Amino acid sequence: MRINRLLVANRGEIAVRIIRAARELGIHTVVAHSQCDGNSLPVRLADDACEIGPPAAAKSYLDIEAIVQAAQAKNIDSVHPGYGFLAENAKFAQAVESAGMIFVGPDASTIELMGDKVNARTAAAAAGVPIVNGSAGRLESADEVCEAAEAIGYPILVKAAAGGGGRGIRIATHSSELPRLVPQAIAEAQATFGDGGVFIEQFIARARHIEVQVLGDGSDVIHCFERECSLQRRRQKIWEEAPAIVLPDAVRRQMCAAAVALAHHVQYRGAGTVEFLYDEAAGQFYFLEMNTRIQVEHPVTEFVTGIDLVREMLIIAGCGKLRLKQEDVGVRGHSIECRINAEDPARDFMPMPGKVESVMFPGGPGVRFDSMLYAGCEVPPFYDSMLGKLVVWDESRSRALRRLERALVELRIDGINTTQPLHQVLASDGDVREANFHTEYLEPWLLRNSFKLQ
Amino acid sequence: MATKIVYSPLPGIFYRRPAPDEPPYVRENDTCAEGDVIGLIEVMKSFHEVNSVASGKVSKFLVENEATVIAGQPLVELEA
Repeated sequence: MRINRLLVANRGEIAVRIIRAARELGIHTVVAHSQCDGNSLPVRLADDACEIGPPAAAKSYLDIEAIVQAAQAKNIDSVHPGYGFLAENAKFAQAVESAGMIFVGPDASTIELMGDKVNARTAAAAAGVPIVNGSAGRLESADEVCEAAEAIGYPILVKAAAGGGGRGIRIATHSSELPRLVPQAIAEAQATFGDGGVFIEQFIARARHIEVQVLGDGSDVIHCFERECSLQRRRQKIWEEAPAIVLPDAVRRQMCAAAVALAHHVQYRGAGTVEFLYDEAAGQFYFLEMNTRIQVEHPVTEFVTGIDLVREMLIIAGCGKLRLKQEDVGVRGHSIECRINAEDPARDFMPMPGKVESVMFPGGPGVRFDSMLYAGCEVPPFYDSMLGKLVVWDESRSRALRRLERALVELRIDGINTTQPLHQVLASDGDVREANFHTEYLEPWLLRNSFKLQ
Repeated sequence: MATKIVYSPLPGIFYRRPAPDEPPYVRENDTCAEGDVIGLIEVMKSFHEVNSVASGKVSKFLVENEATVIAGQPLVELEA
């Protein structure tokens, strides 16, 4: 194991998660933190900490030079990027490796390849993975989009080549919308991602978002089955499950094999996720994108497979070899995760930073609460609103739902409003209980059910 | 003439421009109407407009662009 001193280049619950996995492996942990996070839970839990800059993420958690310098000052031999911030930044991975440290994740070249959503589509097609009917490459103007759209048929999605994670997406139902919509999409892609390239895909109505967890070491790849993440608001996941109970076994096998084929094709190293759209009516799945990092919703996979994914990431990075074989991975029972965000669902999800006065965490069999909270902690306004994740496991989906309801009764966060009440209503909803939903389900549901959230 | 203050409705980062390469919403000595956007607050990766509380002349910005502000902090002084 070549990892002895790990820098955690992140904050919040994922920093806590990484510290826990590292400590169990006997690794010394140092947290890089901004000025306002000096009293955060990861800083309190880690062996050591170092301040890297002012609160604004651009001046701290996104400052590659500051982080690499801090790592060198602390004699670090490896860096875990978590998710968000610099986790999928090829320049950061390169800077860490160039400074003689291990980046806990894939090669910079893999991050770059998958970060360009047009190239990722091409790689998926080359690996024999089904892709949604769309443009063959990058498009640079409304005319090019219009021409490509005629061949595909409306409605279409216009996506930023450098986008991903649901950002920079527009839907067009008719060619007359393109002269207005395409320049907007190009300008936004340029402003947000520094790259004005777009591509288009056919829009598939009522699709589900189902994704496959993979682990690779650059030559061998295994999958850890799938997660169902269709309950989304503004294309951000809110509730995730494993397994996806709607998948027929044959489709599950094909989808997992497709994810492994793509990861093989790009010689993937570390933990990654291949996201698919699943057209339930047609029984067809299509490649959406690949995320080259650990994901927020990884605990549902950990619960049903019994594998500690963050530990495996560290072992792959430190030993260079995948320790598990495909036959070691099985699924037992059902797991559900609810994202607890500092947002008020009664006031259109208004962000709610502030001081957490007191907390009471749920416990008991099959319950896990990964969070950055403690009584008296400050939730700063500068970062993502996610405070933690309530994750449950039980033998079956219906039992897991009952256990989730029980755990939601136990959870208490006083001082700020959170999305907890939303999950209480969702957990008792008839469609949710039947897993009868898709990616466009939650937003109209919120309009219909807003009175329950007041 | 009375002096009116626009306070920050939220904690976060205060921006005077809609985007880094665009001009400010208002400058000192500009006139603005009640409800006009005078800046943005970024809180938890979402952006919220700050509106003027009165019609009048912008006499002074009390915080810098990209400053960290707390809820209720004075942002702009108006001569209404």
